Amino acid sequence: MSEISLNTGLIIASILFFTGFLGVMIRRNILFMLISVEIMLNAAGLAFVFAGARWHAPDGQIMLIFILTMAAAEVAVGLALMIQVYQKFKTLDSDAVSNMRG
Amino acid sequence: MYDFLWLVPALPFAGFFILAVFGKKLGTRLSAFIGVGSVSLSALLTLLIGLRFLSNPPEGHAFHQVLWSWMAAGKFQVNFALHLDALSLVFIFVITFVGSLIHLYSTEYMAGDKGFSRFFAYMNLFVGAMLLLVLGDSLLLLYLGWEGVGLCSYLLIGFWYNDPANGYAARKAFIVTRVGDAAMAVGLFLLFSSFGTLNIQEILNKAPQVWSVGNQTAVIATLLLLGGAVGKSAQLPLQVWLPDAMAGPTPTSALIHAATMVTAGVYLIARMHGIYELAPFSMTAVAVVGAATLLVAGFAGMAQEDIKRVLAYSTVSQIGYMFLALGVGAWSAGIFHFMIHAFFKALLFLGAGAIIIAQHHEQNMFKMGGLAKALPITFWTFLIGSGSLAALPLITAGFYSKDAIIWFAWAGPNGSVYLWAAAVFGAIVTAFYTFRMVFVTFFGEQKIEVSHYPRWTIHLPLIVLAFFALFGGFIELPGTMGHFTLFSDFLKSVLPVEMAHHESASLEWFSQILTATLALAAIYLAYVLYLKKPHLVAAITDTRWGGDLKRFFLSGLGFDWVYERLFIRPYVWIARINKRDFIDLFFVFLPWLSRQFHYAFSYTQSGKVRRYIWGIALGAVVSITIVVFL
Repeated sequence: MSEISLNTGLIIASILFFTGFLGVMIRRNILFMLISVEIMLNAAGLAFVFAGARWHAPDGQIMLIFILTMAAAEVAVGLALMIQVYQKFKTLDSDAVSNMRG
Repeated sequence: MYDFLWLVPALPFAGFFILAVFGKKLGTRLSAFIGVGSVSLSALLTLLIGLRFLSNPPEGHAFHQVLWSWMAAGKFQVNFALHLDALSLVFIFVITFVGSLIHLYSTEYMAGDKGFSRFFAYMNLFVGAMLLLVLGDSLLLLYLGWEGVGLCSYLLIGFWYNDPANGYAARKAFIVTRVGDAAMAVGLFLLFSSFGTLNIQEILNKAPQVWSVGNQTAVIATLLLLGGAVGKSAQLPLQVWLPDAMAGPTPTSALIHAATMVTAGVYLIARMHGIYELAPFSMTAVAVVGAATLLVAGFAGMAQEDIKRVLAYSTVSQIGYMFLALGVGAWSAGIFHFMIHAFFKALLFLGAGAIIIAQHHEQNMFKMGGLAKALPITFWTFLIGSGSLAALPLITAGFYSKDAIIWFAWAGPNGSVYLWAAAVFGAIVTAFYTFRMVFVTFFGEQKIEVSHYPRWTIHLPLIVLAFFALFGGFIELPGTMGHFTLFSDFLKSVLPVEMAHHESASLEWFSQILTATLALAAIYLAYVLYLKKPHLVAAITDTRWGGDLKRFFLSGLGFDWVYERLFIRPYVWIARINKRDFIDLFFVFLPWLSRQFHYAFSYTQSGKVRRYIWGIALGAVVSITIVVFL
């Protein structure tokens, strides 16, 4: 089984990360922004796994599990907020919520 | 006994504290009890300490009590310490003794006033501050008391603050004395830089080694201290506040004029006599200020119509005598006159207060008259006080104290015939306006119904003070009449004994008889002009020159008029053109700048989440760039 080199792995992870980041930046729909955040989290997790494989250390996988747990919690809170926003504003446009500014 | 010295100033302060904190709840009787009690206890204690001092004087004729270290910074160390010697003993005796009589009197005078307990709180603080002033062992502690009496005079002159005129008079007193205080503060800095200490005894001990006679620094320092004394003691050219200070309740005037405040300047100069003797020029300045003041105030006193203003100008003029005495080097004569003056001036003010409340608070004496029958005790005691003020020969205390000053103005170490002539002329003027007041107020026909007959609380202080105003003078008799020098012997341990530079009994007789005759003639003149032939006065003031002269004297020789144009108007003008204070611009700029930042940053708080993310991205790029490339 041919191993994927760390370099390639990190490039893949960063492509994923920036895809997600770009999504958060240009999407207006909160649902898509949430999905993009998930992509960014998984990109970070992927980078941890690659690094763990390279150094033959379990830490990378442990970090991935942490990230997954955290992501689950985040999705729970995020979706709940989204439902509230939708009920209040009848839209998921993030710019429409801007009247909550300080 | 001496160990209880600290209680003397502490008791009035305690009285002030209780009255200030619980005043409203205490009610009239208890407020009066605390107010009078604290000062009376302090007077009793002073009496015991004084008896001990006379029978068994402490080592070196001075007792020193260090209470605690007030402040210490490097070489600068000031203790909170009291210093009792013969000079301060005379002062605390007068302050507590006359002060307690005035407090007792106030219980009747102020009865029914809304601010009854507030009044006693201020009065107690006043007495306490003055005691601190004369007992303090360092100039800094003296300055604390000095400012304390300034504050209390402000509070008491403006006591009836509902009338804006009273507030104006209070501010005037505060600001005018402040001019002198500023000079005095500079003087203290100068003394500290010369001696490295503010302890009075150390300064007096070191002064002859550090300064030679006529040293320029000594002259400047003493002149600056004189500036402070001039402000507090209402001497030329800062005398303008005292006549207006009559806005306060009459017992306040008695306290300010007799026991506290205005005598602080006399005390300061007498206390610092050691450095004044090194600066002959300053001594001359003190004498000239005193002589000029006693004449100016005497002239102004002749034209006043308000009974309290007559007394105010008489105080200015009598303090002028004390300054004259100090200036010519007759130290104990000045202090002697201070003590006698305290008795008869307190008596006169309290008498005037009794008259004022008997006449529906009318103060214009030309609207009064014929009160001799209606208020016999007030009349006789007032007459004794007036006799003492006018220095009626032989029978009154004022004669002995004033005669000593007049004689030493000529024969004293720095005396001259001009100072003597001014003092004699001042004595004549004093006798004239004093008895003008007595004749106008008590004789002739009664014009206003008597509305209040004084009770024992007014009569007792009057009688006690009258006793001292009559017999207090016998403790110091002039060289021509037995040369009995109990008082100056007592002060010998502090103040140098004055030496007449030409001892001549015949000259002294000449001076005494001349002064006495002229004073009696002036009284007779007042009798003729104001009782026998009042139309003569009207005839004089109806002429153009006479009327102008009267207005000139009535206005206190136009000092207020000059100061109004010289200082107040330019100051107000500068204040008006500099309304938008240009120094303030910098401080206005700072809040303006921070407000601009506030607007800029609040603009970024748009609520648009995607913009925040752009911000995060930009921030990340910038920080990574810094980490990588720097």
